[in-house]
Amino acid sequence: MAILRSPSRVPARTGPVPEGLVQLRMPEVRFRFLDALWIQVTGTRCNIACRHCFSSCGPKADQIPMMSAGQVDEALEEGRSLGMRQVYFTGGEPFLHPDLPRMVRAALRLAPLTIVTNGLLIDDRAVEMILEESRRTRYSLDLRVSLDGTTAEENDRVRGRGTFEKVSETLRRLGRAGLSPLVAVVEHEGIVRAEARERFLQFLRDLGIARPRVQFQSLFRMGREMRRTHGYHDLGVLASAPLLSEVESRLPCATGRAVTSQGVYTCPMLVEHQSARLGDALAKSLHPIRMNWDTCQTCMLDGLHGSN
Amino acid sequence: MRAAFFGEVHGNSIALESAMRDAQRRGAEAIYCLGDVVGFGPHPDRSVELLRESGVATVQGEHDYAVGNEKPVAGTCYTNPGEERLARLDHDYTLEKISPGHRAWLAALPRRISFEHQGVRYLLVHGSPRRQDEQLWESSTPEDLLELLARDADADVLVCAHTGLHWQTALPSGRVVVNAGALGRPANDGTRRVWYAFLDTEAEEPFSFVPLEYDCERLAAQMRAEKLPSEFAEAILTGFWTTGLDVLPVKERLRGRH
Ligand code: SF4
Ligand code: SF4
Repeated sequence: MAILRSPSRVPARTGPVPEGLVQLRMPEVRFRFLDALWIQVTGTRCNIACRHCFSSCGPKADQIPMMSAGQVDEALEEGRSLGMRQVYFTGGEPFLHPDLPRMVRAALRLAPLTIVTNGLLIDDRAVEMILEESRRTRYSLDLRVSLDGTTAEENDRVRGRGTFEKVSETLRRLGRAGLSPLVAVVEHEGIVRAEARERFLQFLRDLGIARPRVQFQSLFRMGREMRRTHGYHDLGVLASAPLLSEVESRLPCATGRAVTSQGVYTCPMLVEHQSARLGDALAKSLHPIRMNWDTCQTCMLDGLHGSN
Repeated sequence: MRAAFFGEVHGNSIALESAMRDAQRRGAEAIYCLGDVVGFGPHPDRSVELLRESGVATVQGEHDYAVGNEKPVAGTCYTNPGEERLARLDHDYTLEKISPGHRAWLAALPRRISFEHQGVRYLLVHGSPRRQDEQLWESSTPEDLLELLARDADADVLVCAHTGLHWQTALPSGRVVVNAGALGRPANDGTRRVWYAFLDTEAEEPFSFVPLEYDCERLAAQMRAEKLPSEFAEAILTGFWTTGLDVLPVKERLRGRH
């Protein structure tokens, strides 16, 4: 999964909504509980460059630097004292981090952990590490592996040539080890969740995963995806619609915060936006925010949908 | 003091009746129910009647709230379109079958019950003290969060349910958190047993979990007769959950079959 580009490189239509629209007063999101602490361990560094990446991560992307193990420890400690429920390691690609095993152990001493990954770097040694760290803790260690199709044609269109074969190999390897990653599918052209669910589950069973798990995610039109689909159009919709409390409570910014090497942000989708930076201290970031960014529309739609 | 704590009855009046007898046999002076009396199972009135007749102190679960107030179920564990359809069918069935008096009783249930015994403060909730539908699973709830939840609620012993799997933990502060599990469906362990929590304050380990055999064939037959989803009866008879699996943390998920 994903993160940042420097503000100067942000295309004109992402980021805070244009002037006139701000006057519409975007809905306010109250902060509830720290259910999710997103820690962007590898910054924007990724081994691939997906077309739909919401922060233009890639092999050379260093807009957000990697975090040190010490920085991760600090974030975990702060999260602990604030009642975090679940830790997520994101990037970029977390398996690029040289200190990942140490950071995984540190997280699992305190809380359940999900590593959000493209799966390409999970070799036998990584699987061993996952098994070993899972055995050592009472908490769940989960993997969220991205896959955007059940054929090379469907997936590689988005995630790059050759990635389908490699991810399939990783999934087989995890299946052989008795593990079951949560396979995260971004809805792009051709993937409609109601129709695709059973197809993906069967695909995973065929790879040897006995208890397949799949989750569909909405496409965030930002980062590199902007250039492909031209971002959002109808910003006014958001401002005019009242925010239902069921929807509000499902927004990531109501129940979590994202920490990077550059500070604390409203949510993992907006770590590339200075306007979404809430300071250096997690404890001081747990206040209401306004849905001031055009990406907030996707969250709103997701909240309305509410299911996988 | 001896007391029994029932989680997640979910319309399984057959197991509820067996559990009440079982708890009495074990010398329970009090029986508490942690909510979700209805939903999932057949004949919702029967479970409500049993609890009301015996005066079992009952906490409100999110299904009780939804049925009591004729609202959709919030925070559902059914997270994909297929399961949502089953959940709707089931909720409509319960709304149609529940009698108005019992519906009002469900709506009026308290969200928490607390009492003190020998200086120990007990708090009973359905999900968590802060959210009726918060899921406290063994492998996904940090110890530090449990400390915060219990401390903020002034509880030395926190008893909850909602997830369907029983577990307990003693926190570094000495506080105890107990998830009483479920009477309504088996524990995803491949057996037909259901579980409840039993407290004996004189015992070395005050809380224990009691497995219970009951006439699950009769329950499955009732589910079929009432045309409830066949997936529900399958879970009752195989001991493995067939629905609501997406919300299981991965550790718990890997222990089941599906
Ligand atoms: S795997 Fe793709 S979507 Fe995820 S961070 Fe890397 S480039 Fe972005
Ligand atoms: S993008 Fe979503 S999570 Fe982030 S601030 Fe907007 S509504 Fe909240």
